[in-house]
Amino acid sequence: MKPIIEIKNIGKNYKIAHQRGGYIALRDVIMNILKKPFSFVKAKAKSAMGLASTEEFWALRDINLSVEKGEVIGIIGHNGAGKSTLLKILSQITPPTEGEIVIRGKVGSLLEVGTGFNPELTGRENIFLNGAIIGMTRREIASKFDQIVKFAEVEKFLDTPVKYYSSGMYVRLAFSVAAHMEPDILLVDEVLAVGDAEFQRKCLAKMEEVTHQDGRTIVFISHNLSAVERLCQKTVLLNKGRIEKIGETREVINHYLKVGHTEHKVDIPAGSFAGQGYRVTTAELLNGIAGSFRVPYDEPIKLRLMIEVERKLEEMNFAFACTSLNDSLIFIVRNSDNRDAVGRMISDPGTHIMDITLHHMLRPGTYYLGLGITKDKQVSFYDPNLIVLDIDPLGTKQPAVQENRGFMNATADWKLELKR
Amino acid sequence: MWLMSNATVTVIRPKKIFHLRDLKELWDYRELLYFFTWRDLKVRYKQTFIGAAWAIFQPFVTMVVFSVFFGGLAKIPSDGVPYPIFVYTGLLFWQFFSAALSSTSNSLVGNQALITKVYFPRLILPVSSVITQLVDFAIAALILLGLMFYYGFMPSLLGIAIVPLLLIITFMASVGGGLFLAAINVKYRDVRYALPFFVQILLFVTPVIYPASIAGKYSKLLAINPMTGVIQNARAALLGTAPVNWLLLGISAIGCFVLLIVGIYVFKKVERYFADIV
Repeated sequence: MKPIIEIKNIGKNYKIAHQRGGYIALRDVIMNILKKPFSFVKAKAKSAMGLASTEEFWALRDINLSVEKGEVIGIIGHNGAGKSTLLKILSQITPPTEGEIVIRGKVGSLLEVGTGFNPELTGRENIFLNGAIIGMTRREIASKFDQIVKFAEVEKFLDTPVKYYSSGMYVRLAFSVAAHMEPDILLVDEVLAVGDAEFQRKCLAKMEEVTHQDGRTIVFISHNLSAVERLCQKTVLLNKGRIEKIGETREVINHYLKVGHTEHKVDIPAGSFAGQGYRVTTAELLNGIAGSFRVPYDEPIKLRLMIEVERKLEEMNFAFACTSLNDSLIFIVRNSDNRDAVGRMISDPGTHIMDITLHHMLRPGTYYLGLGITKDKQVSFYDPNLIVLDIDPLGTKQPAVQENRGFMNATADWKLELKR
Repeated sequence: MWLMSNATVTVIRPKKIFHLRDLKELWDYRELLYFFTWRDLKVRYKQTFIGAAWAIFQPFVTMVVFSVFFGGLAKIPSDGVPYPIFVYTGLLFWQFFSAALSSTSNSLVGNQALITKVYFPRLILPVSSVITQLVDFAIAALILLGLMFYYGFMPSLLGIAIVPLLLIITFMASVGGGLFLAAINVKYRDVRYALPFFVQILLFVTPVIYPASIAGKYSKLLAINPMTGVIQNARAALLGTAPVNWLLLGISAIGCFVLLIVGIYVFKKVERYFADIV
């Protein structure tokens, strides 16, 4: 039998033009033409002859992959490795630049929960609308309606506009609609990072149930390595737009955690800061063992951000969040916690170097370190999985400790009294 | 379900501008078209206090104001019929055209969360926004019926027969123009601020509040505007202001058809990059 998904030599190339952000103002274009008619003509001529100095960036290159019917395949990799781009191509949101994909079956994607929900419409109406958007027919939705409502636990609020829903209810309803669609191939991107712990467990159980239904093929993209391990037999590791390793999930995850990050610096794609007036180019671990993302457990984590500010900025605030591999939040530190002026000092144009010394009590193990930035009290950058950080059991001053004993170090004083 | 799905084989390749498959695909997604239209109507009538009555209220009040100032005070001629019914016939088609044009041109930017996350033929969005406006047109047309009854106009058989034709022409004009604008709106976000102004200017170069005859020897120039043919002939057929001008109607039809083809072409050409730039 032919594979249900055949990916042949897929590549996706983005041109990084001079403008920032994808879109520009027509006014600026016209003004530019009027101000510098000559250079405009020159640029046009150059691009017509293929001499233009646009930067090319291959988000994906030479991807070859066959997925058999009934396989559950995981895709992991660092940020910017091309995971989401691959999923976007598979779901036809964006076309590839080269190569070909043959898909033998109906595709449904669970990209982001709640896509297409309208706050003004009631729960009942949104079930139908959202179902139609993700590719269910009206009859399919009607026949699944009761199951969807029951799974989401929103029976009482079916005729309330969803703008009055709590965020938990909203997410539950959205996931429930998506989980009840029955395509041959299901594409899943990070949906498990939503809701409270209990609902996450329920989602994971539902996903497992779906994978065990015969014939269902699933492509699962996630940072949640324990979820990938639970659900997928086979996993693909992407690195800088190419496939670094394909194989049995356990093996690939081990490879990712060990070899996957021998560097101690992460480049953040410029696209994440489009039109913001600044960008963080790299995040670096200064005291990694042998230049890796590995820190002795008894040392603080020393980080350095390189920040390029283009125009004068208002107040900015930075936060690091540490999470476990199954997405439990362990701690958050903010520059505003210390009431220091780091955030406001950054407002001047130029390249800034920001050093952060993070005192922690983490136990040996692997964690995610995420970065969040707000500008004028608005979230302007957020990546919960920026760095995969290893805490090493060998201390520099203290003796070695055992691994896998929870997340935090804690000490206790023990006293014993004998009463007669 | 399994039997059906075995037939669906999708091949994803670097995109071509147009393919016959696209038409079939549009048909396959007709249910989504229905849901988008249903959503737009539902949300709009839920948001405004008076709901569907807004579709009547707006053209009606415009008609009253225009009748008082242009018909009553400025004494603009109205081809021998009472000014209110004269201007309302024009307004009815004009509002359909202008509302459809503006909502179509915003249909992509307004749905960017969807476009970047889910696949469906993008053409569905602008088409559904025009259909939404068509519902408003139908509601507002009730007022015209009332006015015709009040002023004692009997709609002729020809008049009734010609309305669908006029609607098709208006539909082509607004979708064609709207698709074109929707595509550039994705790239140049300031277009939407310029559009209301542009539409307002268009109102004055279209014989809505005045008859085309007022322009004298320049009235031929007005024929370049496809809505001229539509509105002139709507009055001719419904109110009997003049015999139906088939030549003018033909010019309008051909002009709008060309506009539609150009609109679809530009839209399809930019469509490939929508998800990358919005």
